[in-house]
Amino acid sequence: MYVAVKGGETAIAHSLELLADRRRGSRDLAELTLDQIDQQLALAVDRVMTEGSCYDRPLAALAIKQARGDLIEAIFLLRAYRTTLPRFGHSEPLDTSRMVAERRISSTFKDVPGGQVLGPTFDYTHRLLDFSLAANGERPAAPTAPVDATRDLPRVGDILEREGMLEPPPPANSGVPTQDITRDPLTLPADRPVRLQNLARGDEGFLLALGYSTQRGYGNNHPFVGEIRFGAVPVSFVPEELGFPIEIAEIDVTECDMVNQFAGSHDVPPQFTRGYGLAFGHAERKAMAMALVDRALRAGELSEAVTSPAQNEEFVLAHSDNVEASGFVQHLKLPHYVDFQSELVIVRTLRAEVDARRQQAALDQAAE
Amino acid sequence: MPDTIPEQDLGDSAYNYAYLDEQTKRMIRRAILKAVAVPGYQVPFGGREMPLPYGWGTGGIQVTAAIIGRDDTLKVIDQGADDTTNAVSIRRFFARVADVPTTTRTEEATVIQTRHRVPETPLQDGQILVFQVPIPEPLRMLEPRETETRTLHALSEYGVLRVSLYESIARHGRIAKTYNYPVLVNGRYIMSPSPIPKFDNPKLDRNPALQLYGAGREKRIYAVPPHTPVKSLDFDDHPFEIERWTECCALCGSTESFLDEMIVDDAGKRRFICSDTDYCQERQEEQSR
Repeated sequence: MYVAVKGGETAIAHSLELLADRRRGSRDLAELTLDQIDQQLALAVDRVMTEGSCYDRPLAALAIKQARGDLIEAIFLLRAYRTTLPRFGHSEPLDTSRMVAERRISSTFKDVPGGQVLGPTFDYTHRLLDFSLAANGERPAAPTAPVDATRDLPRVGDILEREGMLEPPPPANSGVPTQDITRDPLTLPADRPVRLQNLARGDEGFLLALGYSTQRGYGNNHPFVGEIRFGAVPVSFVPEELGFPIEIAEIDVTECDMVNQFAGSHDVPPQFTRGYGLAFGHAERKAMAMALVDRALRAGELSEAVTSPAQNEEFVLAHSDNVEASGFVQHLKLPHYVDFQSELVIVRTLRAEVDARRQQAALDQAAE
Repeated sequence: MPDTIPEQDLGDSAYNYAYLDEQTKRMIRRAILKAVAVPGYQVPFGGREMPLPYGWGTGGIQVTAAIIGRDDTLKVIDQGADDTTNAVSIRRFFARVADVPTTTRTEEATVIQTRHRVPETPLQDGQILVFQVPIPEPLRMLEPRETETRTLHALSEYGVLRVSLYESIARHGRIAKTYNYPVLVNGRYIMSPSPIPKFDNPKLDRNPALQLYGAGREKRIYAVPPHTPVKSLDFDDHPFEIERWTECCALCGSTESFLDEMIVDDAGKRRFICSDTDYCQERQEEQSR
């Protein structure tokens, strides 16, 4: 009798074995290699690195394999590893004008210095299933034009800025060290660097829905894609013992500069404002959604009425993290029978009281 | 505890003692010290990602990891039981990364990590009870804004909570809140006791053990130092009361303990047994002697 809770230890052991078995799938098929995931599921790797806040393709590929393709689980795995790593410091801000862009478009101007570069994009594919892929169709390498890696690619925003049409970006590091949200608790109200960190690791689906909601009138700010660029940028770091920056890596990022209307206020003439998005790898949907939400969250700063969820800092920042959200939603699977028992006791008591009152009322009526 | 779970390839030696690095532990201990100094006050701390999911005890695990040493003896319970799956999982985690002896005996443990219960066996001086907390803010369901609730605490502005209890009386004729029942700590801060049944609330009052509360997802730590007064909120004409059962435990016959209800056949026949498995076990052993 009463063995239900005694099986915990063995049940967990068997569950782990079964999980590993299911992950492997049919042994008749070759096992996935990390290189295959890295190369052929590259955008999944990009998402896991972005929301896992860790730029490491092999580790992200490993996480995806271990998580059986469940990307939120993979993000969790990568974060739980990342958190054990020592923190050496922070890099110099990325200079994305030094990007060797594989793709770069602006929707605000027909042509821009450096040109529009379509690059690899799903945008103009016809979404027809390509059955040749099912038949293992090999592709010849695509021809590409030579890229002048030495040439800076000015940002469209910089050009608008010179005219005073676009607000300047916030002043560079004013000597105050930027808070690291993976080390310090979120305090509210948050400053913009904290918000941007939160959005950068925030769930793509959540930000997408919030960004979409601003387009449908819940906090609209009339966005234009000033520019989206994707490509490799160098990462510089100043080691304390050297005192000058050295390049330590080159990473792929997607950057989105969103240009938004701003009516101006009493003191400020009308000008365009910006929302900013940045993601590891090639992730335009994420970078654009982030830029929309960043701009929406600046409502207070720009003296706009805060009326919609996407403009509500507490709502957005507290619910953007999919590892937190996934854990708390799924913790409902844990036993809650003590709390439920308490609820049973009180509901029975309340029901008994109502029954007693009804019976008494019936008796009173019969007696009349 | 028999070691039947196959070791995952964790590379244990690659991790620091008790998983967290020493800097992080120091940061957590500082938060704990502040929490002990200001009983019931929620101290923000730099909660880390743990290898267990948020909502499954990451706050409690971080607190335990920060305070545990090799000379400790750890007990982990969930719903009062030592052998529920999540309790097993957390106990195994510490047995592996902190190399500590574990126990199911309440009186043998120096650190007890718990979810949703306080052990029936009275705690002693020197013991530490670590609670896993999902939502540390007792005012959260009445006021979702953190900026607002922090102000309410700072001003001891707790009217909204008392009104909600009054509304419950107006609607149901009694305070129908059954778990996570708010308490006033040391006459100053209102605190969430975590989702323990209100049955356990009286045990928090002037308890000789140190109570530490860890909320990982919400990144808050708070504490009730030993022998601190903890009062469950009530009204003079509606005093605080705890759950009572007409049945006794089917295994040990206790009429004093919190009982879990089990449905034992298709007709819905019910049995009641102690939620605290160690307490129940000890009573059964005593009776068979």
